[in-house]
Amino acid sequence: MTVLVGYVPSPEGEAALRAGIDEARLRDEKLLVVNTSRGDALVDPRFAQEPDLAHVREDLAALGVEFDLRQVLGGGDAAEEIIELAEQADVSLVVIGLRRRSAVGKLIMGSAAQQILLGAGCPVLAVKAAGQE
Amino acid sequence: MDNLNNLMQGFADVLAPMNLLLALIGVVIGTAVGVLPGIGPAMTVALLLPVTYGMEPVQAFIMFAGIFYGGMYGGSTTSILLNTPGESSSVVTAIEGNKMAKAGRAAQALATAAIGSFVAGTIGTLLLVLVTPVVVDFAVSLGAPDYFALMLLSFIAVTSVLGSSRIRGLISLLLGLTIGLVGIDAVSGQQRLTLGIPQLADGIDVVVVAVGIFAVGEALWVAAHLRRRPAEVIPVGRPWMGQKDWKRSWKPWLRGTAFGFPFGALPAGGAEIPTFLSYATEKRLTKHPEEFGKGAIEGVAGPEAANNASAAGTLVPMLAIGLPTNATAAVMLAAFQSYGIQPGPLLFEREASLVWVLIASLFIGNLLLLLLNLPLAPAWAKLLQIPRPYLYAGILFFASMGAYAVNAQPLDLFLLLVLGILGFAMRRFGLPVLPLIVGVILGPRAELQGRRSLQLSGGELSGLVGGPVSYAVYTTIALVLVWPLVRKFAVRPLRERSA
Repeated sequence: MTVLVGYVPSPEGEAALRAGIDEARLRDEKLLVVNTSRGDALVDPRFAQEPDLAHVREDLAALGVEFDLRQVLGGGDAAEEIIELAEQADVSLVVIGLRRRSAVGKLIMGSAAQQILLGAGCPVLAVKAAGQE
Repeated sequence: MDNLNNLMQGFADVLAPMNLLLALIGVVIGTAVGVLPGIGPAMTVALLLPVTYGMEPVQAFIMFAGIFYGGMYGGSTTSILLNTPGESSSVVTAIEGNKMAKAGRAAQALATAAIGSFVAGTIGTLLLVLVTPVVVDFAVSLGAPDYFALMLLSFIAVTSVLGSSRIRGLISLLLGLTIGLVGIDAVSGQQRLTLGIPQLADGIDVVVVAVGIFAVGEALWVAAHLRRRPAEVIPVGRPWMGQKDWKRSWKPWLRGTAFGFPFGALPAGGAEIPTFLSYATEKRLTKHPEEFGKGAIEGVAGPEAANNASAAGTLVPMLAIGLPTNATAAVMLAAFQSYGIQPGPLLFEREASLVWVLIASLFIGNLLLLLLNLPLAPAWAKLLQIPRPYLYAGILFFASMGAYAVNAQPLDLFLLLVLGILGFAMRRFGLPVLPLIVGVILGPRAELQGRRSLQLSGGELSGLVGGPVSYAVYTTIALVLVWPLVRKFAVRPLRERSA
């Protein structure tokens, strides 16, 4: 069994990663860290660049967690990818980060977190960034 | 003195609120399309051309001038922050600019680019005011054979001087000339290449060609290469420069302007060559040679000034002779024609107020661009986060609407699609787009002048060689064509032997 973390290079993403590490240790399971981008914009701040990834790898290696780091490019949106992976990879828990969104923003753009919470076939743990109420 | 008075009158006209608003809209759109790679001012002017049919020509041209200058400013932002040039003229800026940004000096790179563009744009526009009337006086003395020769030079120059491959340039020019031939022959009344379709008797509208090749072609190309690894934008605050940066920048600005303007004004100058020359010069003259390749501010200041000065230079042959030297000028020329205004030496007499308002709006646009770009560069960079499907859906919508609006006939939409596929194929096989557009726009006019010369001489070919101007031009054409062969067969073997 695996704990899946939806990672983005942001405080929410970091918080999700921390929570995912804790859960993986507690359950004594492997960790699968996923970062995605549709790859259709020239710039995507939610796509982790090499320095971020190196820093994630370092942290995980230092903590001694068995992990797999995957970047999915050019598929569907983040929520679809994570739900699909959770079905394929025998995932026991999905960990995602939440950020504060305006009602209008959610109405127009939709919310990846909401899609995952409702669509995933396994329990989902949603965490907030430190210092965010 | 007369010109100065005219210019002042132009300023008085352009300061009307509606005109100022249009100038502002123009520079905002221009900067935006300059920032976005693949969408250039030429495509934008072509897309907006049908939208402006309801406006006064003056107002349309105030907006187009803003787009033209804005594109030159916006390109540098993408080059510096993303290492992806937004425009071909800011390729060189990316070399040093992106290195500066990576070294934490993005703010200074953006500032020197914006202020340098302003300085060069202002000096360039002043030169435009001074030089254009002189060129007009010269152009009035030209006859049909001279014009024919100049247009031939323009064809040869856009195909062989620019771009990597002469063959590809010639193929593209041939396609353009062929498209330009469609319609009824003005002299004999015969139908040419109309395939028996009555709507084609009027020819294919330039707007449909430009929108098809630029907009639809690019949209198809992007759709075929949609998924790619997102790049990283280097975060930056408000652009600023220290005293040392000013000291190191002002000379490259002036030198860049000196390179850019004349090259822009030549029939095949364009903005690429002067930016390369400016970069090479700064590299040679710099007092900090160790910084080149690692982010030298001179390497941003010079080329950015050069590309803006060349933009001003481009307008000299376009307004004075009616010769476009880059894609945007070509589309603007088509815009003049669609308003029934014939660019060329008579433009300054017949449409004096229009020309001087246009020139005055360039000064205003330049100032607006400085004010817009200096504090807002980070905001412009946010445009790059727009998913491209949304962007190109909008472009395709505008393209189809524009193509249909020209003549309100469904056949134009079909032509648009065909030309879009042609544009896609040209990108796929590396054919440059500029020769095609120049061919479509200048082809029919060259034919007119050529046949007029032949009619005057009663069909004698000697009629094509009119006077000293055409002698000089034909010599230049011969040199441009022969020089690569000489280099290939004479110079290179020599060098190889000595090596």
